[in-house]
Amino acid sequence: MAGAAASALVRPALAQGRAKVVVVGGGFGGATCARALRRAGLDVTLVEAEATYMACPFSNAVIAGLRGLEELRFGYGALRREGVAVVHQAAVAVEVESRRVVLADGAGVPYDRLVLAPGIDLRFDALPGYDARGAETLPHAWKAGAQTELLRRQLDAMEDGGTVVVSVPANPYRCPPGPYERASLIAHYLKTRKPRSKLILLDSKDSFSKQRLFQAAWASLYPGLLEHVPLSAGGAVTAVDAAERTLSTDFGDHRASVANVIPPQQAGRIARVAGVSDRSGWCPIDPVTFESRLRPGIHVIGDAAIGGAIPKSAFAANAEAKVCAEAVAGLLRDEAPAAPKLINTCYSLVAPDYGISIAGVYRPAGDLFADVEGAGGTSPLDAPLSVRALEARYAEDWFRIITADVFG
Amino acid sequence: MSAAHFVLAALAVAAPSMAGAAAPPGASSCAGCHSEAGRPNVAIPPIHGQPAAEIIAAMRAYRAGERPASVMDRIAKGFSDEEIQAIAAWISAQR
Ligand SMILES: Cc1cc2nc3c(=O)[nH]c(=O)nc-3n(C[C@H](O)[C@H](O)[C@H](O)COP(=O)(O)OP(=O)(O)OC[C@H]3O[C@@H](n4cnc5c(N)ncnc54)[C@H](O)[C@@H]3O)c2cc1C
Ligand code: HEC
Repeated sequence: MAGAAASALVRPALAQGRAKVVVVGGGFGGATCARALRRAGLDVTLVEAEATYMACPFSNAVIAGLRGLEELRFGYGALRREGVAVVHQAAVAVEVESRRVVLADGAGVPYDRLVLAPGIDLRFDALPGYDARGAETLPHAWKAGAQTELLRRQLDAMEDGGTVVVSVPANPYRCPPGPYERASLIAHYLKTRKPRSKLILLDSKDSFSKQRLFQAAWASLYPGLLEHVPLSAGGAVTAVDAAERTLSTDFGDHRASVANVIPPQQAGRIARVAGVSDRSGWCPIDPVTFESRLRPGIHVIGDAAIGGAIPKSAFAANAEAKVCAEAVAGLLRDEAPAAPKLINTCYSLVAPDYGISIAGVYRPAGDLFADVEGAGGTSPLDAPLSVRALEARYAEDWFRIITADVFG
Repeated sequence: MSAAHFVLAALAVAAPSMAGAAAPPGASSCAGCHSEAGRPNVAIPPIHGQPAAEIIAAMRAYRAGERPASVMDRIAKGFSDEEIQAIAAWISAQR
């Protein structure tokens, strides 16, 4: 299918000039892809709404007061210097027939192939009582920036003895271990600064990423402070009242001093406008090329795509972007790309010097990515504290290395 | 592997810079943790530009659980001998 789509899309223009690829979204996925496409000799335009990028990894450390928000900010200067045309506007539509991306100011950017990497939209229609206005009182902090600051300030202002409530959505969502890392680091903040306080983690699931590692660490580091309420014990939040800071479940209400509501999510709006998302709200793709199953000529990478076994992470978005760039470059030369393999690793901090990880290796299997059997898994349950400290160090190294790979 | 080399050679003529192009399966994911530029002050060891034989030996030892590892044992188990050879040749040829 990819091969047929490819030949249909090769334009006469390609014989004369360089092929044009437009990338929408300059996060871990899009910025990586734009750079790799440019290095493959293509004419690349990156459309990114914001002037600078604020990274989510380590934003939980910002919330816990362990790091400054500005350390998470990255610019597009290096991409520009390599010859990527960076346009700071929102893409508002995709004209599939004429192959143009329409920008907010009405201008059209033509493409031979298009890569969409818009990340996620929070769903403000999924949880009764929770909309964009509710998020100003009950922050989601699931996009780094003002929301991260808001949650940090609310925790700072809370009196000792308060109750922090964090609510976690059902799968799939951005960064599967993220809510548990966040709960851990908030618990660390409470333990060291407001020790009479409590954290309740209301979960719409019964099992979660790195569960045994998190729970063993919570039992030793935060006994009596952090309470996880799984789905089966009434953890699923069914409605919120922002003014009252109250989260409702089928088992009762939880009144919070500070509430962090992580709502259900879907692919970023432009993916839905372009017609590449399905009824799940996410984008089905061919796992060899990341080409949309719904619209040939448009590729989707990162959080917006349905990755099968591959989680929605910055690590994965970066890895997918490189594979996608090679596939796009190959398709534009009318070559059929070979089946890739990808790696993902997510580090989480349970405390500043206590890191754990989960890794996976993936291969295409039908419409999705599947785990390579026998590979991957989590850090050992019985590792000494020296290994946890080492993995905390590697987590920081990973962030420095990957952000340099993408933006440096 | 010879196919990969052929593509690399072809690209070297076609485009001045080829980093990130025609990586064998799995190879481009390694740079998520291993800095291609070799950054100072990071504990994760550099591998790009290292001799292929050393990368192959390390990967096999990780896979067999014979080399101390925090994460490489879990990653190496995802690759066959042939894949490791192709990855090592490509990584060794970077920068
Ligand atoms: C608290 C938290 C902690 C996390 N920790 C980790 C971690 O430790 N490790 C890890 O691997 N991952 C982590 N993640 C996940 C990671 O942040 C995401 O998986 C990653 O950002 C996905 O990259 P992306 O490129 O798909 O989307 P994004 O990074 O969200 O980038 C999308 C970009 O597209 C732009 N955009 C969207 N629509 C348009 C449009 N129409 N026009 C122009 N521009 C547009 C946006 O402005 C944005 O810059 C964490 C996430 C959270 C919330
Ligand atoms: C999640 C981060 C991560 C990823 C992804 C990763 N590595 Fe590693 N690598 C490490 C760490 C950390 C070490 C040190 C050993 C350990 O703790 O596992 C290491 C060590 C190594 C070493 C030994 C280097 C030395 O000088 O001792 C080699 C070789 C290596 N990795 C190859 C690879 C290859 C090839 C890939 C891609 C297939 C890869 N790595 C992907 C983190 C990573």
